[in-house]
Amino acid sequence: MEHIISVTVENKFGVLSRVAGLFSGRGFNIESLSVAPTLDPSMSQMTIVTSGDERIIEQIVKQLNKLIDVIKVVDLNETEFVSRETAIIKVHTKDADRAEALRIVDIFRANVIDSTPSTYTIEVSGDPKKIEAIINLLQPLGIKDLVRTGRVAVAREPARPVAVQTKKVARD
Amino acid sequence: MKLTGAEIFIECLKREGVKTLFALPGGVVLKIFDTLHQQKDIEVILTRHEQGAGHMAEGYAKATGKAGVCLVTSGPGMTNVITALADAYMDSVPMVCFSGQVPTSLIGNDAFQEADNIGLSRPCTKYNFLVKDVNDLAATIKEAFYIATTGRPGPVLVDIPKDVSMAKAEFTYPNSVSIRGYNPTYEGNKWQIKQAAEAIMKAKKPILYVGGGVGFSGASQELLELAEMTQIPVDMTLMGLGVFPGEHPLSMGMLGMHGTYEANMAMHYSDLVIAIGARFDDRVTGKVSEFCPHAKVIHVDIDPTSIRKNINVDIPIVGDCKTVLRELNQILRATVNGEQKDLRKPWWDQIHEWQQAHPLTYHQEQDGPIKPQQVVKRLYELTRDRDPIVATDVGQHQMWAAQYFKLAKPNRWLTSGGLGTMGFGFPAAMGAQAAFRNRLVLCIAGDGSIQMNMQEMATAIISKLPVKIIILNNGFHGMVRQWQDLFYEGRYASSDLGTTPDFVKLAEAYGAVGLRVKKVGDLDAVLKEAMATDKPVIVDVPTYPYENCYPMIPAGGCNHEMLLEDPPELKKQVGSEKVTPEDKDTVLTA
Repeated sequence: MEHIISVTVENKFGVLSRVAGLFSGRGFNIESLSVAPTLDPSMSQMTIVTSGDERIIEQIVKQLNKLIDVIKVVDLNETEFVSRETAIIKVHTKDADRAEALRIVDIFRANVIDSTPSTYTIEVSGDPKKIEAIINLLQPLGIKDLVRTGRVAVAREPARPVAVQTKKVARD
Repeated sequence: MKLTGAEIFIECLKREGVKTLFALPGGVVLKIFDTLHQQKDIEVILTRHEQGAGHMAEGYAKATGKAGVCLVTSGPGMTNVITALADAYMDSVPMVCFSGQVPTSLIGNDAFQEADNIGLSRPCTKYNFLVKDVNDLAATIKEAFYIATTGRPGPVLVDIPKDVSMAKAEFTYPNSVSIRGYNPTYEGNKWQIKQAAEAIMKAKKPILYVGGGVGFSGASQELLELAEMTQIPVDMTLMGLGVFPGEHPLSMGMLGMHGTYEANMAMHYSDLVIAIGARFDDRVTGKVSEFCPHAKVIHVDIDPTSIRKNINVDIPIVGDCKTVLRELNQILRATVNGEQKDLRKPWWDQIHEWQQAHPLTYHQEQDGPIKPQQVVKRLYELTRDRDPIVATDVGQHQMWAAQYFKLAKPNRWLTSGGLGTMGFGFPAAMGAQAAFRNRLVLCIAGDGSIQMNMQEMATAIISKLPVKIIILNNGFHGMVRQWQDLFYEGRYASSDLGTTPDFVKLAEAYGAVGLRVKKVGDLDAVLKEAMATDKPVIVDVPTYPYENCYPMIPAGGCNHEMLLEDPPELKKQVGSEKVTPEDKDTVLTA
């Protein structure tokens, strides 16, 4: 099953390779990984999308916690969360297609962020299904280039306070 | 006053109480060696190979419980020490390794003897540091020792570029360390401990399964109290040997692939497994799906990742073995009464039956070839009063040592368990001897594995480390040959060593003492002579080449399905191409 794991780490060199090395060395999956500094510049936030059965996910969370540069690990699947992914798509557009491309952009509430006589560069955010959908629609026009960020996610504030379960997995 | 990086390095080591440094110099660490040369507080033991330095640091650490320290140069120095780091990581040995690095301005330029030390060591250390600024050096070394020795211990690497060792900085040594991502749990969860106590009270067929963690935690006394109070039999892992007295009536000896019959049977048929400082390694569990099918499992370990990694656990307790056992004993002391003894009488009857049915066994003919088990057994009986430290390499001789050398106390057993590193024993024994100059330190080795770090004999001579090496010389990579006999129809692919050196002459060439046991009747006399020598000694014991180590659970087999002797078809096969020790001896001296 797919899990999104949010990892707060020290913002220093080599940390990404420790995390990536943990996944490759122990044969865990990484579907996507994104990393950027937090409000506190001494820390970075990683969002890792991974998959595995309950026991594997438990090991992933524990092994991440064991890394000395990891400050906090939250398995977001244990709470409610919102997630987004951004894609930037450069589409080949001949004259006749330009209007069609703009219609698709409109439907998906995407943006055209750059334009040349023969291309549009489109930015779209959403869940992976939405991004798959717009890619499918743009494909017939001719996609020249496609980059995706991988997912970032954040836990929703609980409607009423509940005990956060994550530490249970992490410690005992 | 400002100090150079090299001086800061030495000041830090002194503050950490380091007395011995296992080291080998090279271009980028010359400044450090030059500074070491001008002081007297830290003894430098110059090894012949960086792997030797690493294993010596491990041996020192296992025997003393303190961090072992080694220093190597960049590039090949670093790559050579990797095996020792990986070994220490698998076996949770506290160790700090310092490596030299090319000057910071050259890092990444493919400079002479440059290697990515941090990248190389990352998967085989608990943590590693590259010190880019001499002002960070002292604090980094403090953190390195703290990480290596706390929580689940392990190796830590500190990579010091040449310019950092030469630059100057004000020296202040921090009093404490605080790392926000590193807070090992020492206190066990009280509710869980109470659950464990209740389970222990109720169990009809409980078994204690204890490992190296008990030794690192210094919890042997607490374990003894628990076992005696509750009268629960104790199975030890390979790493755990010595944490519980081997001759104690409650001791079942070692469990696992070559464990005793009663240890494995008791595991399989128990209704409660109490795992303490052990990690359910595949050499212990055998086939995971049929491991302890009737048992509830209590697992005490300081490393949360050990718990539920290989098998499911009913009562997990993350914490330090000593702290948790103290608390557990306190609860049990108030509740244990005579009832448990009656409750468990059938269990003990069963265990005694197993013990009598299949004790460890071998057959030594009066004038036949020397059996390796006989050598270990006599070595044990002749030296036990001197409370020796015993190191081993990896293979058949290691398993026989584990079976027949019944250690009474922790910190006496130096063996490579997790990584299974041949060549570990001799340098590890030297590391322990460097810590305890007056103790008897034995190294039980095979003729294959001793050759993997033989060069350290020069170090043993120069640094006066009178380790006694006993080579069980069967002319084979014995464990490989055993597997080939059992699973590859006796095809000895690259396991027959062919010509091995004359170990007696080899010892003498280094300036050590070489002795050979020619027949079983001479065994005691030669061993006694070796033990009475104050120099390093090699005792070469040509043994019966086709002896196999039993009991044995074939890899992936089930714990109660042990092979107890050579299968009949194998006996026939061996008889047809039997080589006597005399033949081997002729080969040796030819």
